[in-house]
Amino acid sequence: MKNKRLGRIVRVNANMVVAEVDGHIIQNEVAYILHGSERLKAEVIRVRGKRAEMQVYENTAGLKVGQEVEFSDELLSVELGPGLLGQIFDGLQNPLPALAEKCGFFLKRGVYLEALPDEREWDFTPLVKPGEKVLAGTWLGFVPEKIFKHYIMAPFSLSGSLEVVSIVAQGRYNLKQPVARLRSSDGKMHDVFLQQIWPVKIPIQAYKEKLRPLEPLVTKMRLIDSLFPVSRGGTYCIPGPFGAGKTVLQQLTSRHAEVDIVIIAACGERAGEVVETLKTFPELVDPRTGKPLIDRTVIICNTSSMPVAARESSVYTAATIAEYYRQMGLNVLLLADSTSRWAQAMREMSGRLEEIPGEEAFPAYLESRIASFYERAGLVRLHNGLTGSVTIGGTVSPAGGNFEEPVTQATLKVVGAFHGLSRERSDARRYPSIDPLISWSKYKGFIEKEKEDLGHEFLRRSNEVFQMMKVIGEEGTSLRDYIEYLKGEFFDFVYLQQNAFDAVDESTSKERQIYIFDFIHDILLSEFKLEDKQEALHFFQKLRQLLKTWNSAAWDSEEFKKIEEEIGIFLEEKKSKKAE
Amino acid sequence: MQKVYTNIVQIAGDVVTVEAEGVGYMDIAEISTRRGVSLAQVIRIDSEKVFLQVFAGSRGISTGDKVRFLGHPMRVATGENLLGRIFNGSGLPLDRGPALSEDMVDVGAPPVNPVKRIVPDKMIRTGIPLIDVFNSLVESQKLPIFSIAGEPYNELLSRIAIQAEVDIIILGGMGLKYDDYLFFKETLNKHGSLNRSIFFMHTASDPVVECLLVPDIALAVAEDFALKGKRVLVLLSDMTNFADALKEISITMEQVPSNRGYPGDLYSQLASRYEKAVSFQGAGSITILAVTTMPGDDVTHPVPDNTGYITEGQLYLKGGVIEPFGSLSRLKQQVNGKTRSDHRTIMDMMIQLFANYRQTVEKQSMGFQMSAWDNKLLKYGELFEKNMMSLKVNIPLEKALDLGWQILAESFSPEETGIKRSIIEQYWPKSSR
Repeated sequence: MKNKRLGRIVRVNANMVVAEVDGHIIQNEVAYILHGSERLKAEVIRVRGKRAEMQVYENTAGLKVGQEVEFSDELLSVELGPGLLGQIFDGLQNPLPALAEKCGFFLKRGVYLEALPDEREWDFTPLVKPGEKVLAGTWLGFVPEKIFKHYIMAPFSLSGSLEVVSIVAQGRYNLKQPVARLRSSDGKMHDVFLQQIWPVKIPIQAYKEKLRPLEPLVTKMRLIDSLFPVSRGGTYCIPGPFGAGKTVLQQLTSRHAEVDIVIIAACGERAGEVVETLKTFPELVDPRTGKPLIDRTVIICNTSSMPVAARESSVYTAATIAEYYRQMGLNVLLLADSTSRWAQAMREMSGRLEEIPGEEAFPAYLESRIASFYERAGLVRLHNGLTGSVTIGGTVSPAGGNFEEPVTQATLKVVGAFHGLSRERSDARRYPSIDPLISWSKYKGFIEKEKEDLGHEFLRRSNEVFQMMKVIGEEGTSLRDYIEYLKGEFFDFVYLQQNAFDAVDESTSKERQIYIFDFIHDILLSEFKLEDKQEALHFFQKLRQLLKTWNSAAWDSEEFKKIEEEIGIFLEEKKSKKAE
Repeated sequence: MQKVYTNIVQIAGDVVTVEAEGVGYMDIAEISTRRGVSLAQVIRIDSEKVFLQVFAGSRGISTGDKVRFLGHPMRVATGENLLGRIFNGSGLPLDRGPALSEDMVDVGAPPVNPVKRIVPDKMIRTGIPLIDVFNSLVESQKLPIFSIAGEPYNELLSRIAIQAEVDIIILGGMGLKYDDYLFFKETLNKHGSLNRSIFFMHTASDPVVECLLVPDIALAVAEDFALKGKRVLVLLSDMTNFADALKEISITMEQVPSNRGYPGDLYSQLASRYEKAVSFQGAGSITILAVTTMPGDDVTHPVPDNTGYITEGQLYLKGGVIEPFGSLSRLKQQVNGKTRSDHRTIMDMMIQLFANYRQTVEKQSMGFQMSAWDNKLLKYGELFEKNMMSLKVNIPLEKALDLGWQILAESFSPEETGIKRSIIEQYWPKSSR
């Protein structure tokens, strides 16, 4: 095992380096390029004869033909264990704060630090006794991590029935000390540590079964929860042109979503956005736990100026960490921003490998890669009967804002909900700019189905009248149609749109959504006595302003009730005229 | 260490191939030709074959010319000595001053660790209402100006430069017309800003490939100043020329093009430059304003499209004014909550109403009857265009906000605006209530 296999560089083409190797080569194994005192991480992505073609996870400036390459025998892996929460890693699981302490302002290449500090001690409490039979993924004990019980599990890599040979007593242990010993059916002994290593590109499947995602995930965004819901364990995508508000939407979701853990994979996007999350999350309090938001968050960040190859691994690293926490019976939300950058990284590499290009030069395996990534989401039943989930929400940045491009199309095939952002809505400052006319969801939300359908119907109808008015003019439109148009607009303004910068309006709880939706539902179905279009316009403008003010009033507060009464009186006036 | 090679085996486009050994990827070489010495950079190594991109172009290079490898990547001199100086795209002086060789820094330093960045919160005031009120510019922002050729983008760039409160201005010109270069120089000179400016000039008549170095050099110098605590404003005009030079090289290197001939890594290439915009914890900052001309006024063209995904917003210059739709400053929320309590309301509502105005104009142009509401919108739109949008307007933010209320009050009654009551009570002009 320990005989080091070496190779020598024969070709350098940007981040693709080819080495000639003595001995065997393993596909996808990690290799290190020795450049002076630096060791640059790379991954074998194609083998041709004695030549290993590698993608390098670092800047390749200065590399020379003839330099040595060391092959590691291991696939690209991450460390899983207590200490992940609240951390910020790069795509290779390098802890960025520790790196900053060591290297200062810049990301020096070839510096790899421990993802989880070995020396840190954790309070371990055993849950099994010697002699018990366990399976891979069974909880052997736990350590407290932030607000969670972080379960220490039998290594996922083992198979079959395992017998607990020994387990340590309650006490403090670090990541290097074995806490248990298991015997597999073939008689081999396996030590268990607080941490385990897992290859990122292989899904963790140490659970009993995968279930259908049926329980809605509350994001507190009215447009999503009420009209285009997402389920726990489901998948959704947010394609949109630049400037339409993809990232703001993701940030809001990461703050308000009702899940246990949020993993943010900032893949090939702006560093500034990660910084914002980084600096605000320690100060924002999670209303569900009363603890800072950062305590339930892991950030994997490979921003646009960081090495391109690591973009690919950042997405997988995030998925692996999400699956790890799912094994503890937790609900995890993975937000990937943006999957297009990941696809572009694949395209760059494919071009350098001189593969035959598919549409827009993306590789032919684009679709299957995207599908297998989203398939890592899911609601699962663990061996102990409890459930855990990974929900994946990915943004897509289509070239030119045109959804007819390969990445968007490949994504739409595999996700359960589509939240399409439109330039028209964002130009008109209608946020969130999810276009209700093109979006869809296959999941069931908490609003009654008939009412939800009615909401959709009004939006469609309103748009029809609006399009018609463009052709025949307002004067050619009947008052009845005109009121339908106004009702749709009203619904849009006071319910679909949400002010992200208003402390109350930015997140709407489930109870409030149900209550307000019912309230608006009644308005939409009501007939009002309105003499002409101008009166109708004025009526709905006034109503709109009242409801906007209502949206800013805290749920169940005195103010909330007062405004509700005011709206009631205002509505009665118009309704009562009809009775005359 | 510095060996000289003479066996050039291939010349194609602006790329020459020489057989050499011990050469590092991205290293710099000097090619001595009968026309003089040109810099070149290693862009691929295949066994003994080394591919060099020649910045002065390959015209006139002979297979017998000498290639000398310098054994290091591109470097540029930095420091106070550069202030007031003018250099070409390779960092050589274009004025009469001496060439500089002190305080050399590597071009293309590694990216900044995200955890060492700070959240920007200082507004850069420009006196242009469309920017200050609606799309506030923030220190350390990277913001392109999308424009079709012929729009006054360089005027806008220089106007922001002379009004912005920064320590150092660095201008990187790529394929700039000579007149434009003179214009920048004169404008900065007239306002006494020349002695805090540095020019890296690649003009339209220089070899195309030479402009590839301009952003890197300009940003390397900027980074050095920023680390020393200076607030630097980098102006880049025009990044579309930079992208076109990338396209040229990648086609020469027989790379599979992704979209309209541009290389698949266009996004990463642009991002690695724009992402140099930064606010350092405990040091200075770099703000980048760049011009991206849109061929055929098409924002879905690969260059503006990729740029839009990288930068923190964009300004659209159209018909001589900044277009309120499409223009966006992503960082405005970092600063506009701290200016005046009505700033965000004015910003949101005026734009929403302006969108309605545009719809009405469309209706009007199709000959439809105008309702009373339409007429109000028309009045509002005209006032807005005349008093707010025009680039001639030069007023501080607070005055612009007051002006906004005035325009609203002249056109509408308070509830027609859809503004929250508490704000109306505080700001709606009393006289017209």
